[in-house]
Amino acid sequence: MAQEKEVVIRRLKTAKVMNQFMADYYYELDEASKSDNKKVAWCTSVGPAEILRGMGFYTYFPETHSAMLGATRMAVDLIPKANAVGYSPDICSYLTADIGAFLEGITPLSRAFPGIERVPKPDVLVYNTNQCRDVQDWFAWYAQRYDVPLVGVETYRNVPEVTPAHITSIARQMENIVEPLEKVAGRKLDMDTLKEAVALSRECSDLWEKCLAAAAAVPSPLTFFDGTTLMGPAVVGRGTQKAIDAYKLLLEELEERVAQGIGAIGEERYRLYWEGMPVWGRLSMHSKLFAGLNANVIASTYCSSWIFTALDPAEPFESMARAYTELFIVRSDDYKEKYIQDKLEFFKCDGIIYHDAKTCPNNTNCRYGMPQRLEKKTGIPSLVINGDLNDLRLLSDEQTKTNVEAFIEQLEERK
Amino acid sequence: MTTKTKARANPERAPLFVGVDVGSSRTKVAVLDARKNLIGYDIRKSGTDFTATADAGLEASLTMAGGDPQDIAYAVSTGYGRKNVAYSKETKTEIGCHAKGCYHYFPEAITIIDIGGQDNKIIKLDEAGRRLGFKMNRKCAAGTGAFLEEMSARLDIPLEEMDGLARNSREMVKLGSFCTVFSATEVLENIRGGKRIEDIVKGLFFSVIKRVLEMDSLSEKVVMTGGVVAHNPFLVEMTAFQIGRSVLVPRHPQLTGAVGAALYALDLGQEV
Repeated sequence: MAQEKEVVIRRLKTAKVMNQFMADYYYELDEASKSDNKKVAWCTSVGPAEILRGMGFYTYFPETHSAMLGATRMAVDLIPKANAVGYSPDICSYLTADIGAFLEGITPLSRAFPGIERVPKPDVLVYNTNQCRDVQDWFAWYAQRYDVPLVGVETYRNVPEVTPAHITSIARQMENIVEPLEKVAGRKLDMDTLKEAVALSRECSDLWEKCLAAAAAVPSPLTFFDGTTLMGPAVVGRGTQKAIDAYKLLLEELEERVAQGIGAIGEERYRLYWEGMPVWGRLSMHSKLFAGLNANVIASTYCSSWIFTALDPAEPFESMARAYTELFIVRSDDYKEKYIQDKLEFFKCDGIIYHDAKTCPNNTNCRYGMPQRLEKKTGIPSLVINGDLNDLRLLSDEQTKTNVEAFIEQLEERK
Repeated sequence: MTTKTKARANPERAPLFVGVDVGSSRTKVAVLDARKNLIGYDIRKSGTDFTATADAGLEASLTMAGGDPQDIAYAVSTGYGRKNVAYSKETKTEIGCHAKGCYHYFPEAITIIDIGGQDNKIIKLDEAGRRLGFKMNRKCAAGTGAFLEEMSARLDIPLEEMDGLARNSREMVKLGSFCTVFSATEVLENIRGGKRIEDIVKGLFFSVIKRVLEMDSLSEKVVMTGGVVAHNPFLVEMTAFQIGRSVLVPRHPQLTGAVGAALYALDLGQEV
C-alpha cells in the first residue's frame, strides 16, 4: 500500500502568547459583564472599536465567538437551532451558529476558559455593515433579546475608489453614534482616549502587516492556517498596548525564522494564496493536507483584512472612516483583482485557492468570473473549493482532498 | 506481491504495469505491458470492502493478461478508494489519471468530460498533455451517474435499458430543475400528465448533459469517458448534437482512469 508521508508543521512559540492574550481578554470581559459599573459593547469585527474604547466600554466581538464555534465544530449542531426559528441555512453560518449557541445556552468559551459560563451580556450593540448585511440582522436579534440599543454604520459596497464623499458620509455616521453610546456609557467620549486608541490600533495594524509580510521569505516562516488564529489580538485587541506587545514578540520570532531559513512546513515546494474565509472546522485537516503535499498556503486576503493603514490619531473620525471603507471586502472587483495580483507577486505564489463559502457571499470572490480573469492576466492557476466557514454540512472532505491533490499535480507538471 | 526482484512467471508478458481505479460505484483494473498495450482488465462493483474488490479485480485482470502477481513491476491506484489498495505503491488523483489515460488515446489538446458514478469532471489538456485546469461538480449529485441510477429506480426501469429508451424518444420532455429530488417530482408530474417514458428518459439524459456543460467551457476537441458514457452511447450522441461537433470516446471509456493509473505505474516503474 502507498505509504503515508509524515507531515512536518513547525508551530510558532509565540502562539502561546496569543492564546494567553485571548484568555486574558475573555476573563476581563467576563468580569466586566458580572460587575455593576462596567459597560460591555458588542462590536462587529471591523466596527468602530476605537470609539468604544474612547468611552471605556469593554468590547466583545461575536464574529470571533462564531469562529470558535466553527473551530470547535460545535456550530454543526447549533446552526439547525437557528434555522428552526427562521434563520435560513443559506445565510451567514456565523450568525446561525451564534444564535443557535445562545438558544442552547452554550459557548465554547466555557470549554476554553474554565470559569466562564456564558458570553458577556451587552449594554449596547454596534455594527458596521462593511462585512455584510447579516451582521446587522444578527445584532438586531440580540438587541431585541437583551432589550438594549443597537447603533451602527451602513457602509458602501463595490467601491472602486474611496472618495471624500464616502469619507464624509461614513465619518458623519460614526459621529452620530457617539451620543447614543454616551448615554449607555454614562460618560462623554474622551477625545484623548479615542486618539490614543486610534494610534494604538494603527501600531497594532502595522505590526500585524509586518508579520504577514514575513511570509514573503522563501521558505515562508508562516502559514495561512497559523495566521487565522494568530490574528485574534488584531481583531479583539486593536486599540490596546497589550496587542502591540504580543505582535512585537511574534514579529521577532518570524524574523528569526527568516534569518535562519526555517520554513513553517517540512518542505515548501509550492507557495499558495488563499482567497476567502477559512473553513474553521477543518483548519488542522487543511493545514496537514497542504503541508503533506509540500504546499504552503502562505498568504490570504482574510488575514490581511485587519490591516488599517489609514488610521491617523490626528483625524480620528475621518481616518477611521477611510480605514474601514478602504477594506478589500467593500471594494469593486477591479480593485480586488489588482489587490490579489499584487499579493501574488509580492508573495511569489504558484497558485490560488478560492474558497467558495456557501453562506458567505461577501467573502467569496469566485462567483463573478474573477478566477478566470486573474488566471488570464497572471498565468497563475487557480482552484475553487466548495465549502463553508462554519457549516460542515456544506462540504465534502473527499472532494476537497481530491481537488487539492489534483491541483498540486497540475502545478507539478508546470515546474 | 509487487516486486521486480522475483522471477518472472511469464517472461513473454512481463513486466506488467497495473492501474486500479476504485470509484464510488465500480472498481476498474487495467494491466499494461511495457509497450503500453492493454492486455488485461476488469470492472466490478466497488462494494464496501475496497481492498478485497481491488484484489479480486487484479486477479481477474491478470488471468485475462496471462500474467502472475510476480510479473507486476509497479501498481498505481486512483479514485475514492485509492488508499485502500494493498498492492499499490503510489496513488494519483482520478483527475490526473483520466488526463493521462485520455491523452494516451488522443495525444492532442483536448477537453475531457468524465461522467462518473458520483462526480463529474471536466479536464483541459494542452497539446503536450499538461493540465491547464479542471473542474469537479459540487457535492450535489445532479448530472452524475447517481442521478440516473436514482431515476431508473424511481421509474422502475433497469439501468441498462435507459439508453435504448432514450434513443426511441419522439418528443423529449424538458426537465428544468437543478436538483435530483426536484427532478424526480418533475418526472412524476410528467408521468401523471401522460408523457411517454422514452421521452422522459431522453429528458433525463439531457438534464445530465446540461449539468455537465454548465461546469466549464469546452475547447475544440472533446473526449468523453466514464461508466455513464460506456453504458449510454446515446448520451454521447446527444452531447455531440448539443455542442455542434463530434465527440471522441476511447475504446474502453469506463477504464480510462485505470489505464491512466497504469501509465503512471509504467513511468514510475521504469524510474525505479
